[in-house]
Amino acid sequence: MADALAKSDFLGREEQAAPKPFVLWRPTAKTGLISWLTTVDHKRIGFLYGISALFFFLVGGVEALFIRIQLAVPNNSFLTSTQYNEMFTMHATTMIFLAIMPLSAAFFNFIMPLQIGARDVAFPRLNAFSFWTFLAGAIIVNLGWFLKSGAPDAGWFSYAPLSTRTYTPGHALDMWVMGIQLLGVASIAASLNFVITIINLRAPGMTMMRLPVFTWMTLVTAFLIILAFPAITIALVELMMDRLFGTNFFEVSNGGMPILWTHLFWVFGHPEVYILILPGMGVISEILPTFSRKPLFGYPIVVFSGASIGFLGFGVWSHHMFTTGMGTMGTAAFAFTTMAIAVPTGVKIFNWIGTMWGGHLQMRTPMIFALGFIWLFMLGGFSGVMHAAAPADSQQHSSYFVVAHFHYVLIGGSLFSLLAGIHYWFPLMFGRKVSEFWGKLSFWVIFCGFNITFFPLHFVGLDGMPRRTFTYDANMGWSQGNLVATIGAFILGVGVAIYFGVMIYTFFKGERTRHDPWDARTLEWSLPNPPPEYNYRVIPTVHARDNWWYEKHHQAEVSAENAKHAAEEAAHGGIHMPFQSIYPFFAGIGILIGAIGIAVIDPNPDPHVIIGRKLAVTLVGLLILVVSVYLWSLEGNEGYHLHPEDEEGHS
Amino acid sequence: MSSTAAGAIDHHFDPSTSTGIPNKKLLMWAFLASDCMFFGCLISTHLIYRLHPPPGVPSARSVFSIELTSFSTFILLMSSLMMALAVNAIQKGNLKSLRASLLTTIFFGCIFLGCQVYEFNNFVFEKHLTITNSILGTTFFTLTGTHGCHVAVGVFWLMLMYIRTFQPRDSSRDLRWFLCNALHIVAFIATILLGMRLVLGVVRGMEATGVSAATLAHFARGYFAELLGIVVSLGLLRWLAQPRGAVGFNETNAIDVEMMGLYWHFVDIVWIVIFTVVYLLEYI
Repeated sequence: MADALAKSDFLGREEQAAPKPFVLWRPTAKTGLISWLTTVDHKRIGFLYGISALFFFLVGGVEALFIRIQLAVPNNSFLTSTQYNEMFTMHATTMIFLAIMPLSAAFFNFIMPLQIGARDVAFPRLNAFSFWTFLAGAIIVNLGWFLKSGAPDAGWFSYAPLSTRTYTPGHALDMWVMGIQLLGVASIAASLNFVITIINLRAPGMTMMRLPVFTWMTLVTAFLIILAFPAITIALVELMMDRLFGTNFFEVSNGGMPILWTHLFWVFGHPEVYILILPGMGVISEILPTFSRKPLFGYPIVVFSGASIGFLGFGVWSHHMFTTGMGTMGTAAFAFTTMAIAVPTGVKIFNWIGTMWGGHLQMRTPMIFALGFIWLFMLGGFSGVMHAAAPADSQQHSSYFVVAHFHYVLIGGSLFSLLAGIHYWFPLMFGRKVSEFWGKLSFWVIFCGFNITFFPLHFVGLDGMPRRTFTYDANMGWSQGNLVATIGAFILGVGVAIYFGVMIYTFFKGERTRHDPWDARTLEWSLPNPPPEYNYRVIPTVHARDNWWYEKHHQAEVSAENAKHAAEEAAHGGIHMPFQSIYPFFAGIGILIGAIGIAVIDPNPDPHVIIGRKLAVTLVGLLILVVSVYLWSLEGNEGYHLHPEDEEGHS
Repeated sequence: MSSTAAGAIDHHFDPSTSTGIPNKKLLMWAFLASDCMFFGCLISTHLIYRLHPPPGVPSARSVFSIELTSFSTFILLMSSLMMALAVNAIQKGNLKSLRASLLTTIFFGCIFLGCQVYEFNNFVFEKHLTITNSILGTTFFTLTGTHGCHVAVGVFWLMLMYIRTFQPRDSSRDLRWFLCNALHIVAFIATILLGMRLVLGVVRGMEATGVSAATLAHFARGYFAELLGIVVSLGLLRWLAQPRGAVGFNETNAIDVEMMGLYWHFVDIVWIVIFTVVYLLEYI
């Protein structure tokens, strides 16, 4: 038993460092490029996710502005129809897969292990692999902008048969398919890691019903990703087989049925919208109690409604397909489940209101963003329930009313909550705080810009303006609403620019904050800011749901307990840290090369060449991947021991 | 019985985790949940398209050879038994039995893959069912091919695990072991590929001309290089498997074998489903 303990990942006694062959060298750099390429620290990986997400958020935002410029006036020729198709395809793909999801992943990585009192995620190197694979996918999806193939232009849903080789020849869509495939691999790998971490790495006393709500929503989201992404994986495999090898999955003349793509896509696509919103709901459930100076109202109900949103989310996909002729029974069933899913969502809203009710509200920047979230998400929810009524939906389908709806839930919901989260946790992550004036200014500009952009689109949509058309005629009665929306989009752009400008300024020069600046309740705030590499010098013992609050009011008890645990841990050899590793990065490179081989390289025109360029590049990528993964497993999950007291003694 | 100094290890409880379930085991269960959805979508695709055949699609019964598939299904089931024995062996610290069970599992896995290669060849060249010429070919080859890839990954993993059981405990020989390890992998892959080619060659020869001394002689001449290669690679495998002092692989690695076992059993169960709904369903 003792030996088994010593071999396990997180406990153990000092072992003799064994000399390793050159290929199994373990990097130890703590600063510089190598340290970032080989990092397995969940906080650094979270930071990498965050930076990438913000970069792509900027890219997606610029694409959105291009779309709005084109639609500002009737019969505009700012973009050609092809460019317009590329813009709306890439705007959606970028915002969903490369901005909101990785920004959520950044919070999962950075905050979740801190909230459960862990020192890292369960599989630190797998976590690094997830990030590098995500980056490879992001590169592949965007590669088309720089090649003569152009960017993908079949919409973020890439409905078959539009997306088959007959109607969309060229490599742009291959890149989209491979890119989304890689993003799926990255998301599933990361989610497996989060699930195991939450289930298995909780500090002593941290029962499931004491988990902070953000951690709960991480768990639900991770399960959604694990179970929903395989559907899109198969859809993409089938599309790729059609495109590369001439199979018949979506080839009508040979018995294929394009409706299958639509089903598979939305079996993934609808859980996906909960993947986008549930992390935000978790963030809001952390912020509201902190700034209301009250515990969360109805914690178990908030958790259960989050979980039931996750379950119900798998049974509503066909409400995206009310106009495909499913028949009365199917339509009615999906209309019913869609209305049912509004119930747990409404429950959450009432719980948030209950949390604030009678509280001592502190109107700090994160709180203002959280309040904005509740308003806007509620508006988006109302138009969502309108879509659930199938007869009404057949009028609204594919109109700007739908565009208005999902921007209210995606920007007003997901994005506002994540922006709130950035403000909330910024002091913990970097030890600095954005000034209240600039934070609130950015909120009001974003809030106004957002509503000016998307509120008029409801009316334009009800007046019949269809989505995904690159221009419209002046006599349709849509001109006024569109012009207002474009002006709003630029105000929104200015707001986002203020937000991030101030954020970057604060990162370098902002006011330093004290420990626990918001006087918060959850465990992560017990750490110094920024948190050290090993997070917790002593793994905390959890006594209450709001454990940091408990610790603040039971200091004598907690410090005695911590001293005891510190002594036990020292007897085990100190704080166990995993070694860094370069192989997750190499595996990501292998995946990138393989994907380039599949999606970007032309097949060799000479049929007599057995291994052409395309196959060769693909195989090289596969080989790099396999060798990296093998070396990764050979080097083992060893680690070293830290003794923070000694380091402090030296310095 | 135990190869570690500290006494018996509880293989079902890991005190360093909150639930007592080892992290790796939980990871594999969660991954298999994901893989369930993955195969669920593929199998559904096949079943949906099966209900709506366009005119001119060959009937599946006229293409399938249920005898061969039943045989390979049985072999794959037996490989699961061997896998379970392997897990049992390492949990008791019995390396010799572990290696034997792993090799048998690999062998059975290769028989299954060989049957699939033969079946695909037969369907394409004899029955003229290709991945492009009909919707049946499209869904059949994609589904069973994807499963075959899973089996191939499993065989690869089993092979690496088998080779890892020779990792010496004495770390000063690490570089030497590392090179041996690389050679071991190459020899093993060569054995598998050459073996499959030879067996399929024999089968094809026998199908063409029947079993006779002349056929065998012709075969030996035609496949001389392969025969030589497999003798060399088998010799290498034998040499590399010789005991060279204490190894580091012991009871504490049982979780690694068990995790692999979970994957292998899952792939086996998926095949049971595929065999039922793709093959047997056509004979009802």
